[in-house]
Amino acid sequence: MKKINKQLKKEAIITTILYLIYFVWWYSFAYGLGDVDPKDYKYILGLPEWFFYSCILGFLVITTLLWISIRLFFKEVDLKTYEKNAGREGWKK
Amino acid sequence: MEKIKLILPLLIYLGVTLYIAYYNSPRRKKSKNFTNEYFIGNRSMGGFVLAMTVIATYTGASSFLGGPGVAYKLGLGWVLLASIQIPTAFLTLGILGKKLAIISRKIDGITINDFLRARYQNKWVVIMSSTAILLFFMAYMVVQVIGGARLFEVLTGLDYTVGLVIFGFAIIFYTVFGGFKTVAITDAIQGVIMLVTSIILFWVLKEAGGGMRNIMKTIYEIDPNLLTPSSGGAITKPFIMSFWVLVGVGLLGLPQTTIRCMGFRDSRSLHRAMVIGTFVVGFLMIMMHLIGVMGIAIIPKEQLGDKVIPILAIRNLSPVLLGVFIGGPLAAIMSTVDSLLIQTSSTIVKDIYINYIAVEIDEKKLSRISLWTTLIMGVMVFALAFHPPEFIVWLNLFALGGLEAVFMWPILLGLYWKKANSTGALLSMGISLLVYVSMTILKIKFFGMHQIVPTIAVGGLVFVIGSYSDKSSPEEHLEIFFE
Repeated sequence: MKKINKQLKKEAIITTILYLIYFVWWYSFAYGLGDVDPKDYKYILGLPEWFFYSCILGFLVITTLLWISIRLFFKEVDLKTYEKNAGREGWKK
Repeated sequence: MEKIKLILPLLIYLGVTLYIAYYNSPRRKKSKNFTNEYFIGNRSMGGFVLAMTVIATYTGASSFLGGPGVAYKLGLGWVLLASIQIPTAFLTLGILGKKLAIISRKIDGITINDFLRARYQNKWVVIMSSTAILLFFMAYMVVQVIGGARLFEVLTGLDYTVGLVIFGFAIIFYTVFGGFKTVAITDAIQGVIMLVTSIILFWVLKEAGGGMRNIMKTIYEIDPNLLTPSSGGAITKPFIMSFWVLVGVGLLGLPQTTIRCMGFRDSRSLHRAMVIGTFVVGFLMIMMHLIGVMGIAIIPKEQLGDKVIPILAIRNLSPVLLGVFIGGPLAAIMSTVDSLLIQTSSTIVKDIYINYIAVEIDEKKLSRISLWTTLIMGVMVFALAFHPPEFIVWLNLFALGGLEAVFMWPILLGLYWKKANSTGALLSMGISLLVYVSMTILKIKFFGMHQIVPTIAVGGLVFVIGSYSDKSSPEEHLEIFFE
């Protein structure tokens, strides 16, 4: 039983790290590339470069990272084993 | 004739919804454990449905109408702000999902209050959280419904009241008879409709504007600032950063998303939902808000606000497509209202009625009471939407932040911090709410940040101080949560 809580904590920490990665990505591309005079903007797929990297690529990157992290670090748990008197009849306090 | 083309897709869609309600009705299935079936769908949600219902519940009128309206005014900076919501789905599911799934099974809990009661063993925590859910949810629902009926009016040209009646009848009917499972499945369908409609409108507008590069060029000529992340100073950094709390971290406590962590089938569903949810919400947020920005080039110089999206749709889509499109924002609103409605009902029946009024009660009577409660609350919401009292509109201003102020710390710390106790929880709930409401009314802002930021900071601090000043909960209570 102790083991499962260790695993849950690990998964919560990985989730938080992914969240922070997204934040840093979002912030650095938006303000790193976007905080210049708009007349110097470059365009990718018709969109300003900062926007493409920060929002569109950032979104695709985080979804991929998430998928990989779940495959690598997240564990299957049999939730059924935790059910308290499953399938009982009626409802009583 | 035109009107029929417009309304036909909508009627088909409502028909399907009602059939799902009938098919999944716990009464029809003669369920053995009614409250479990009705309020949490027997914990049977799969990955796709879980992902869609989480998203659909928190993307309401604002993501489909309000948000794109602001994007029309401020440009790409507002799309940047909207994309703060992209990782919220996986943050909520990843941090709360598995742990709440396990605990809710151990304590046989089907509401947020079941969890809070088991964790803090304190009547006042439950009373406070029930009151917050009832008040804020009512206000939230009424305002969403008003938005839906107004939109119906703009798009179809039919009277506000007609929209309200059709709309109200459908939501109430399928929620009352279908219960949580129907709400979740219809949410999933509504999520797909939102996706499809946003793709259609995006594509049509891109063609109408002569391609993305051309659209951006036109916008540059109108005002180069519309292409910058700060919108030429209109979106300040403290302001945009606050949204990482308001629609990011703060949503960790939102009861309507938290409850979904108690209702999925197995851990695989959760893992899948995290990926699918993030993908779909990202797609939707970027697309819808980008549509608002593209509107600048396509219908320049109009003061439109909330009506940007409907007007873009009317001017650019054929009647049948428009009919399908109406489904999008209406679906966004319906999927929010139905979830809040079923949870309001579960709060009244499970947390207040069963706990404090009728302790022993048979299954049959309980099922009747649950249906009636949902029905009465639903009718009340729509009655209030006819002539919204000022109080409700006023209350809605605090609804999102207020729910976060009350719930975030008690849920998060209750799950992960052994020392968290009822003294901390009560102090945090009360003081956060007080700080949030008074700062909003008095319009106090620290360094241009949204009021939710200091609220969450104060709430966390008070929680920790309160918890250390009193004994922690006895070991045997904590066993369920940390062993």
